[in-house]
Amino acid sequence: MAPHIVSRQLYYRVYATLLALTLLTIGIAFLDLGGSLNTVVAITIAICKALLVLLFFMHVRYSSRLTWICVGAGVFWLVLLLSLTMSDYLTRSWLAVPGW
Amino acid sequence: MVRRRSTLAERPAALAHHFDDMAQQYEASHLGMWVFLLTEIMFFGGLFTGYAVYRSTYAVAFAEGSHHLDIVLGSINTAVLISSSLTMALSVHAAQVGRRQLLVGFLLLTMLLGLVFLGIKTVEYVHKFEQHLVPGGAFRYEGPYARQVQIFMAFYFSMTGLHALHMIIGIGVLTVLVWLAWRDRFSPTYFAPIEVAGLYWHFVDIVWIFLFPLLYLIGRH
Repeated sequence: MAPHIVSRQLYYRVYATLLALTLLTIGIAFLDLGGSLNTVVAITIAICKALLVLLFFMHVRYSSRLTWICVGAGVFWLVLLLSLTMSDYLTRSWLAVPGW
Repeated sequence: MVRRRSTLAERPAALAHHFDDMAQQYEASHLGMWVFLLTEIMFFGGLFTGYAVYRSTYAVAFAEGSHHLDIVLGSINTAVLISSSLTMALSVHAAQVGRRQLLVGFLLLTMLLGLVFLGIKTVEYVHKFEQHLVPGGAFRYEGPYARQVQIFMAFYFSMTGLHALHMIIGIGVLTVLVWLAWRDRFSPTYFAPIEVAGLYWHFVDIVWIFLFPLLYLIGRH
């Protein structure tokens, strides 16, 4: 498969969006959204920025299916690592266990 | 589909003998870098998981520790690193269209921005040493959460330290590429090393995209 040439204009647009999202995440950090919503918003913006870098700067959008499987596998195992670990730690307080 | 083996005479100079054609060679190096990046995702993933466990346990102390990080320098560094990702992407573009001088220029600019990032990081680290916020025997902190803040600082130094190490390795890789590009070793048919080094550089950028809000932006309101 011949490599796709991404236009420079698209790179500039992605760059501008990344900078705008950075300013947004800094701005929102100073607002009190209540509870853990601040963290959720911060991580959501970070995921959006990571997706932009992945799809356009890293050319995943134009890459082979094999690359998509690679990226998907990485995300899948990372989610597995985080979710299984946190499902333990975040639920420990749900049951009153003596000595904990 | 049976691939037709190219005869020796028509093989491009950049094509290694164990590949059939340039496209296969490109796909192989591309896939190789992605498999390496998968191991990197799990490598940093372990640190992020450890961070998540301790932050959920000591939420107040982590917010307190975060206030000791310099949000201005952290924000500037985020912009510097995103800019270096743009110049890296433009390097790949310059290689694809065969502009040698532009390629060398953008690679040098990427290295320069990487060095600016490391310079700012050094300034931050020096401040932490002066304020006795480096975990270990010299750690001094007043308050009920001293031990937990020390854990936060341990995460700060291990995560940003490993990230900085990746930046140093990336700058080393770019140094070699600048040398090769200067000697005109790349062309619109052979630019896989630039593309693959770019994948690595952008990955390091993505790690920072998550480190910045998780370390610098907790409980600022």
